[in-house]
Amino acid sequence: MTAMPMTAMIDISRAEKTFTMHLQGGIELPVVSGVTFQVQPGECVVLSGPSGAGKSSILKMIFGNYRCDGGRIGIRHQGVVVDLAGAEPRQILSVRRATIGYVSQFLRAVPRVATIDVVAEPLISNGTARSEAQERAGQLLRRLNIPERLWALPPSTFSGGEQQRVNIARGFISDLPILLLDEPTASLDAANRAVVVELIEQKKRADVAMVAIVHDDEIRHLIADRIVDVTSFASAA
Amino acid sequence: MADSKIAVQDNDQPLLLADGLGKSYGRLSACRDVSFALYPGEVLAIVGESGSGKSTLLQLLSAQLSPSAGKVSYRMRDGVMRDLAALGEAERRFLLRTDWGYVHQDPVLGLRMAVSAGANVGERLMAVGWNHYGRIRDTATSWLERVEIDVGRIDDAPRTYSGGMRQRLQIARNLVTEPRLVFMDEPTGGLDVSVQARLLDLMRNLVSELGLAAIVVTHDLAVARLLSHRVMVMKGGRVIETGLTDQVLDDPREPYTQLLVSSILPA
Repeated sequence: MTAMPMTAMIDISRAEKTFTMHLQGGIELPVVSGVTFQVQPGECVVLSGPSGAGKSSILKMIFGNYRCDGGRIGIRHQGVVVDLAGAEPRQILSVRRATIGYVSQFLRAVPRVATIDVVAEPLISNGTARSEAQERAGQLLRRLNIPERLWALPPSTFSGGEQQRVNIARGFISDLPILLLDEPTASLDAANRAVVVELIEQKKRADVAMVAIVHDDEIRHLIADRIVDVTSFASAA
Repeated sequence: MADSKIAVQDNDQPLLLADGLGKSYGRLSACRDVSFALYPGEVLAIVGESGSGKSTLLQLLSAQLSPSAGKVSYRMRDGVMRDLAALGEAERRFLLRTDWGYVHQDPVLGLRMAVSAGANVGERLMAVGWNHYGRIRDTATSWLERVEIDVGRIDDAPRTYSGGMRQRLQIARNLVTEPRLVFMDEPTGGLDVSVQARLLDLMRNLVSELGLAAIVVTHDLAVARLLSHRVMVMKGGRVIETGLTDQVLDDPREPYTQLLVSSILPA
């Protein structure tokens, strides 16, 4: 568990994933294999490749949301390296609480919970006082141009772009050392895209290691320190 | 306070252990070979369709049925792991009245319908030795507020309550003694969708604020996703797949789990 350079936050080697579709006669759908790359603190690695190449699957494997069929996903977590490919559910939850944040494309929130609380929740569950967490949530929402009169409403009634900004605020609020970003700017206008680029810059200065998927060439150019081409990991079907 | 300190220290030790648990009725096996560990503060969902054995399993885990095979151990407040089958009657009563909660699908089974809401909540406190009427009433009042029941209804009997209110009252009655583990059997079954959302939100907050461990039986995968950390999928009396809730629901491995997940109707 220790053979990785002391600096890398994420060290993936030969990770692979295949879906077996039992309802479709058990066909095997190879997604990726031989996934190997590292991410250093303060670095933003952007995954590139055509749609269907397995970019989102790789992010989900790093988050422990998809199981790996082989290889290793080394995550530096509270001073030790945890291999998420073979971790117990309890370990994965602990890694998510203290180390890895994930900004998905879509917001999945409990109905009825106010926007400000949706955003503040990751901080509160990490032990931050509710008032302080809400204060920071408010700052982020303001920065992402969500008007204050909406904060008390549940985000389920918001437009797609607004929901995505709530999701971004929720993802960026914690001080976690690793962030995974799945199309964080997909349905945003230019002004809000610029805010997200700024937020990412800020995370880099705080030494956060990031892996991102972005289709927008301009944004990719602005945030990527390195590009990893996922087509090289495409499973030979 | 002392209890919560112990809970934190003991976080790395399981609260409840099931080991090779099974129940059969003659040749019929309702559930078999179930083993798992539940940790303090952890919420486990048991999912599966009717007849999969999930309710039998819940009854075995909560000492309402005695197993035909295997055993259930529980860490008592003194930190000692005890086999439930070997507990004396007094210890068992202590668990059921204080350290555990049990939320029935049908609130009629978990409440006394003819006495007031306040008495329903206060009764659990009196059972553990509270005898100061004012304090009992104050505590009952604050619990009604916590589960969003109008305090003006404290003297009404739950038979005058709506289904959603009854279920929230049942939750208050269970949580008032600060249990460490709550069993829930289809807690949102039989409620309107809008009422379900409110109840789920309430349960989610209470579970995380109180650091409760919970075992929730449900056939509703959305309930499992919202409430639980971990999920066990049951079929034909056996656990066929287990893991982190989002892992099992987003990347199901077993044919039956794939069928369950793909059978959810899009809203």
